[in-house]
Amino acid sequence: MTEKKELSPEIKEYLRKEFSQEWRKKLRKSLSVKERMKISRQKMPEREPEERNKDFNEVNLGLNEKLAKREARRCLDCANPQCVLGCPVGIDIPTFIKLIEIGDFVQSVRKMKETNSLPAICGRVCPQEIQCEDVCTMKKATGVPVAIGNLERFVSDYERINGEVFIPQIPPSTGYKVAVIGAGPAGLTVAGELARKGHKVTIFEALHVAGGVLIYGIPEFRLPKDILQSEVEYLKKLGAELKINFIVGLTATIEDLKNDGYDVFFIGTGAGLPNWMRIPGENLVGVYSANEYLTRVNLMKAYAFPEYDTPVYLGRRAAVIGGGNVAMDSVRIAQRLGAEQATIVYRRSRVEMPARTEEVKHAEEEGIEFHFLTAPIRYIGDEKGQVKAMECIRMELGEPDSSGRRRPIPIEGSEFTMEVDLVVVAIGQSPNPLIPKTTPQLKVGKWGNVEVDWDTMATNMEGVYAGGDIIRGGATVILAMGDARIAAAEIDKYLNNKKVRRKKT
Amino acid sequence: MATILKRERLVPNIHLLQVHAPEISRKCKPGQFVIIMPDERGERIPLTIADWDREKGSITTVVLVVGTSTHKLSLLKEGDEVPVFVGPLGKPSEIEKYGTVVCAGGCFGIGALYPIARALKKAGNRIITLLDVKANYLMYWEERLREVSDKFFVSARDSYYNCKDFMPYVLQDIIKKEKRVDRVISIGCTYLMSACSEATRPHGVKTLVSLNPIMVDGTGMCGACRVTVGGKTKFACVDGPEFDGHLVDWEELFARRKSYFEDEIQSLCYWEKINFP
Ligand SMILES: Cc1cc2nc3c(=O)[nH]c(=O)nc-3n(C[C@H](O)[C@H](O)[C@H](O)COP(=O)(O)OP(=O)(O)OC[C@H]3O[C@@H](n4cnc5c(N)ncnc54)[C@H](O)[C@@H]3O)c2cc1C
Ligand SMILES: Cc1cc2nc3c(=O)[nH]c(=O)nc-3n(C[C@H](O)[C@H](O)[C@H](O)COP(=O)(O)OP(=O)(O)OC[C@H]3O[C@@H](n4cnc5c(N)ncnc54)[C@H](O)[C@@H]3O)c2cc1C
Ligand code: SF4
Ligand code: FES
Repeated sequence: MTEKKELSPEIKEYLRKEFSQEWRKKLRKSLSVKERMKISRQKMPEREPEERNKDFNEVNLGLNEKLAKREARRCLDCANPQCVLGCPVGIDIPTFIKLIEIGDFVQSVRKMKETNSLPAICGRVCPQEIQCEDVCTMKKATGVPVAIGNLERFVSDYERINGEVFIPQIPPSTGYKVAVIGAGPAGLTVAGELARKGHKVTIFEALHVAGGVLIYGIPEFRLPKDILQSEVEYLKKLGAELKINFIVGLTATIEDLKNDGYDVFFIGTGAGLPNWMRIPGENLVGVYSANEYLTRVNLMKAYAFPEYDTPVYLGRRAAVIGGGNVAMDSVRIAQRLGAEQATIVYRRSRVEMPARTEEVKHAEEEGIEFHFLTAPIRYIGDEKGQVKAMECIRMELGEPDSSGRRRPIPIEGSEFTMEVDLVVVAIGQSPNPLIPKTTPQLKVGKWGNVEVDWDTMATNMEGVYAGGDIIRGGATVILAMGDARIAAAEIDKYLNNKKVRRKKT
Repeated sequence: MATILKRERLVPNIHLLQVHAPEISRKCKPGQFVIIMPDERGERIPLTIADWDREKGSITTVVLVVGTSTHKLSLLKEGDEVPVFVGPLGKPSEIEKYGTVVCAGGCFGIGALYPIARALKKAGNRIITLLDVKANYLMYWEERLREVSDKFFVSARDSYYNCKDFMPYVLQDIIKKEKRVDRVISIGCTYLMSACSEATRPHGVKTLVSLNPIMVDGTGMCGACRVTVGGKTKFACVDGPEFDGHLVDWEELFARRKSYFEDEIQSLCYWEKINFP
């Protein structure tokens, strides 16, 4: 994976120019650094734990204009803004925050959209605490960073709610046909970027709703689905076509689509293959992969059974195995669906949990129990083949492994049994094997990931690019989007070269 | 959205459903299936492709009415639209020249078996078709299946057809009487397929079964459809649906298929109350 440690000279130059604008200078002078540092971080309003843990409405309520402006004042408008470096797509953070400070919310969101096409989503789901907010100067100075994520969320919601979404003028059609495979954040981003350039974009999606993990994985209480709906509407307004219920590889292969006249491909099929622990009893009734559990609840709306036809197990004692966002979402769903006891079982300790800090905090407030340094070794079923208990073993942490986290080691003789009637296995996903299996020429790495040149996102096949979880394994929305932006720029270049080649011949 | 071209009652509890799906019809092979969702609030359920017409761009399936989704399908009319009709899913049947093949089907499996028998026949096999119906009035597609069969048996409990015993017994008789049976393919309810596998096991005849575990996406993403075959966990939607019946953990499959037994009854009662008050 490429890690950008330095900003490119162009971005530095650009940031400097914005920084030196008159209005920015004036604004900086209007309040001293000392005064700015005195303002405390504005708390985003959220619903009470006891109320929210029973329904699927959003937990966070978002900043209001007053709170947002006050929070924006905390930003010191650094000459050398570390936050930009911390953002995987290099959003011009100080500029968008300063635009909030002067109350120009619409300009602020447009600024942001120059580098991030899905800010309403990223503002909600990015792990800001290990990205932009981790390196914010305010964090170093006062211990509490500027709430960059909350501000990002605020302006993009403002734009959407007030109908200010800007539809750019589309240049005349280039006549090139782009096939985007998968309608997750990666695919949607590529589609938006290329439709804006006048290419004819078709998005192929295997499921019956666009959005990828954002729709089938992340629950409504964290990411309301109408946000995604408006993103998809926006793409349609840009002229992109969405073909749902179309599985590339099965309904038609990449080869077939080439023959149908598609000039270039982007593979954004995500990491849809659930990992299992391969321990006894994993196929008992009541043991789910997180993918199945989440798909039943979020995509198929099993929470509204029997108004919706798809059922899901309602456990009384639910255990979710894992410590990432997927585990946190699953366990909070189990509780919302009525589990009396909803527990996270994680083999390392609290600090190693990869979930967003906010989600862990929210889960705790809502009454989720945590069993750290514990792992299941066997599920036990009743006479009907239904899970009724789980045998676990305690762990201790040893030397750091390849991921830099300390490796959990089972403590011999520490086995114990936990009564459970619902288990959700959320220990990670691997790249979706469907396209690799049906595209034999495509080069695939050791983990089933599609291999790309990290500078261009090009695969080994001409005119075929890839990005997001299919090349990384389960990663994040913002990384998927970052890949997608690089790929879109390269695809545009590729198509323009093609035009030149075509003219020559 | 896919448009219904035709919906016809074949026998009291089995319907034919023909859907406009040109892309799927271009690609599909015998043994594959589709996932259909009857309406916006519906469940995604798998149906085996029973026939297709590439010119018309149509896919034909045969639906046994059991619960909410299949009831909904049985009420569709020409011109109606379903929000999901996706495929072709699963691995196609292996079609080669094996010699003598017994094609054994029951209920919706009679339709599902047809394109497989037809392809096997075309590949030069001798086809013995053996169908199981509870009673003669539940038989359909007889002509079609006779056409692709060298020998044709129907076991119906009311003995209108040529044999009366439950199909696995007849299957055993056939294996004993024939000089050689190279392969058996069995499609129908889980019980029938497991019974056929048990019938052929002592004779060592390779027996393929088309498993029907509960599915959601049908693309290998969720693992709802996992079955144990030869001690290994397989996803029926991508690794199957056909497996060696002698290696399948039937007990697990029976249990997993019953996962939502009570919910299914509740769902059907709810649907009936709303639609037929
Ligand atoms: C429950 C959960 C919670 C998460 N929480 C967070 C979070 O808080 N913050 C964060 O940053 N990240 C989070 N993630 C990770 C993040 O969602 C992913 O990294 C991101 O969605 C990857 O985007 P993608 O576009 O690469 O793939 P996906 O979002 O997986 O989208 C892939 C799409 O391609 C479709 N597809 C697959 N194969 C085919 C095919 N052959 N033909 C057509 N379509 C196909 C799929 O149906 C899917 O719609 C979470 C993930 C999960 C599962
Ligand atoms: C690969 C495959 C091919 C199939 N082909 C056909 C076919 O050609 N014709 C046909 O009539 N039936 C077929 N089935 C079975 C069919 O999918 C089920 O009968 C149908 O889902 C029942 O739905 P329901 O809502 O009407 O009934 P329910 O009341 O919901 O369930 C009745 C029974 O169907 C099974 N079932 C329920 N939901 C699902 C689901 N989502 N996926 C699979 N099984 C489920 C359950 O085990 C249950 O015992 C096939 C199944 C599979 C897996
Ligand atoms: S590092 Fe923090 S204080 Fe500095 S510009 Fe970025 S958000 Fe503002
Ligand atoms: S149905 Fe989801 S993996 Fe097979």
